[in-house]
Amino acid sequence: MKPEEPATTGADLLVKALIDEDVEVVFGYPGGAVLPIYDSLFKQNRLRHILVRHEQAAVHAAEGYARSTGRVGVVLVTSGPGATNAVTGLTDALMDSIPIVCLTGQVATHLIGNDAFQEADTTGITRPCTKHNYLVKSVEALARTVHEAFYVARSGRPGPVVIDLPKDVLMNKHDYTAPPKNPVEHKSYRPQTKPDPKKIEQAIEMIAKAKRPVFYVGGGVINSGPKASKLLAQFVHMTGYPITNTLMGLGSFPASDKQFLGMLGMHGTYEANLAMHGCDVMINIGARFDDRITGNLTKFSPGSKKIHVDIDPSSINKNVHVDLPVVGDATLVLEAMIKVWKAREPKVDLKALKAWWAQIETWRARNCLAYKSDKETIKPQFALERLYHHIKDKDHYITTEVGQHQMWAAQFLKFEQPNRWMTSGGLGTMGYGFPAAMGVQIAHPDSLVIDVAGEASIMMNIQELSTVAQYHLPVKIFILNNHYMGMVRQWQELLHGGRYSESYSESLPDFVKLADAFGAVGLRCHEPDKLDGVIQEMIKIRRPVIVDVLVDEAENCFPMIPSGAAHNEMLLGPDDKAGKLSDEGLALV
Amino acid sequence: MSTSKSIVAHTISVLVANEPGILARVVGLFSGRGYNIESLTVAETDAKESLSRITIVTKGTPMIIEQIKAQLDRLVPVYKVRDLTVEGPHLERELALVKVKGTGEKRVEALRLADVFRAKVIDAKADSFVFEVTGNSDKVQTFIGLMQGLGLVDVGRTGVVAMSRGGEAF
Repeated sequence: MKPEEPATTGADLLVKALIDEDVEVVFGYPGGAVLPIYDSLFKQNRLRHILVRHEQAAVHAAEGYARSTGRVGVVLVTSGPGATNAVTGLTDALMDSIPIVCLTGQVATHLIGNDAFQEADTTGITRPCTKHNYLVKSVEALARTVHEAFYVARSGRPGPVVIDLPKDVLMNKHDYTAPPKNPVEHKSYRPQTKPDPKKIEQAIEMIAKAKRPVFYVGGGVINSGPKASKLLAQFVHMTGYPITNTLMGLGSFPASDKQFLGMLGMHGTYEANLAMHGCDVMINIGARFDDRITGNLTKFSPGSKKIHVDIDPSSINKNVHVDLPVVGDATLVLEAMIKVWKAREPKVDLKALKAWWAQIETWRARNCLAYKSDKETIKPQFALERLYHHIKDKDHYITTEVGQHQMWAAQFLKFEQPNRWMTSGGLGTMGYGFPAAMGVQIAHPDSLVIDVAGEASIMMNIQELSTVAQYHLPVKIFILNNHYMGMVRQWQELLHGGRYSESYSESLPDFVKLADAFGAVGLRCHEPDKLDGVIQEMIKIRRPVIVDVLVDEAENCFPMIPSGAAHNEMLLGPDDKAGKLSDEGLALV
Repeated sequence: MSTSKSIVAHTISVLVANEPGILARVVGLFSGRGYNIESLTVAETDAKESLSRITIVTKGTPMIIEQIKAQLDRLVPVYKVRDLTVEGPHLERELALVKVKGTGEKRVEALRLADVFRAKVIDAKADSFVFEVTGNSDKVQTFIGLMQGLGLVDVGRTGVVAMSRGGEAF
């Protein structure tokens, strides 16, 4: 009998490198080009592989894993279609700054460029949708490249990194290169994490003198780690100033805190948006003046001095001119700010602040999230209020798909801690929430993980029911089923004369039977007074559950800033009419 | 930073790792984000360290130019980004090969103008010349413009290479 081959093939080196990078789970799907890797995985028991049913779902699952743990999510797919199917997930991770390392198979080096079977120019295709990518051309470079890829993915502004691995590289043999002892001293990539102390002094001076201040805080604080959220709460409490979160920033500051104004932006609260419009000093930490936030740029917060803290210099002055940029990691910036604040003990203008809070309270009193309840039909807002009531004291994580249900979830579920809320913010990827929930559940097997979904979005990655069945993942899919692509329908109603072109969800499956077919549990509810019971049952069942909640088909998501409008031109409810929209506004998404 | 809307040309020098795909990254960044490229040159400048220099002439408002530099700097294989236009006096040179076909008076005139522009004749046939002209882009452009009336048939330009004045290294 021939002796065992020494464990030094490229594929074995790769697996060893992943283990040395603290990887525990890989989300993937096998194929011809990655067979050597699957063979190496088979021979070990340190790395767990989760077999998804579509490569897009592998990336979203890795995103959910990464966002709920703060670790790097790892994906393994084959060449050609495996890689192209991953592109949506990679773009999603790039837009939301999620650390992902995606290993893609590639045809053997001598075949590259020959239109070989399952060949795609993966580095070419993924160049604009990754933070960086590599084509490994020799086994000598393999382990080193993997270590560098993890460093690039998680450092600075995090993002997805692709490593394209030709099959011959995976089969050739070489010695292993361990990860460098120092965090990689990269030759050309040096993200700036420490803020300039002078900028911190200037920032504190501006913050202390403010009469109508507001903190505007985004996902950068969450990406910086849980410590950043603690420091944020400490600093915000020290100042006594109001704070609003972006969609990505929810959970960085406790939603139940008196100083919290709720989410801002297109479907943000009245008080948050008017505070942004009327403030004199805006303190942006880890947000990027996205168009969902700013509305009409020329009318955006016209009277304010703006401080912008961001780890990515290219985020500064991209959309909005700011008065004081501070480049650095949110944790280090907040630490420095707190230190300077304590040292200076600045005298805040308490009289002005009191007047500002009084103004904010009048906006709050509008109760902008109020909706007309109904005894006969379930209002989607009501469904989420009830859901929150039943989960708030349980250890829970929420993911969402994209659309009306996503905005209602952001409005009606309250987040007290970071890393508990996973939603596709930048790319707005329908089909994100369910696979992301799988990734979260893998990382937190005993927690309650709920994907708040719409009936249209959930169909985009419904095949993953098979994955949750295979791994006994007790993910809950809470569908707010209004038989429409709700956000499309809402825009058609408000902006396109009620011509509901192609937005009706025709020929939906029977979700209860569908759940049954995949070995999950299906529940349905259409009566408001039975909803509590159904939610309680959903929570009790330790298996995957689909809850099909039939909600009001005509309900719209308010408040809303119509495209092209300013923060002070919000529609608060169905009785508000959008002013005549300019052609320019109509052209905006 | 100015918020002015005036569009100005900037010459940006980028030191990069000479690795496969680096030019595609830079060019893709410009096309993907809708920035202009007026001119672009690239070649290896340090074989031992495997470095290349990319010189880009681009146009935009001050806000766009600032974005371009920040976006370039963000690319993993980029070492340094320098805006020569704002960093003080610098030199710009371009080389062009200009083919002119003609006989008689036009041929003589082309040769005379080439002399004025210190263009070298690097190929001559009975009815054609290829001139090599170097200088800043304006000079090269002017020379080509003059040749248009004298039987110009082909032009090849390198694009701008640039360097700061004085003894300081990049």
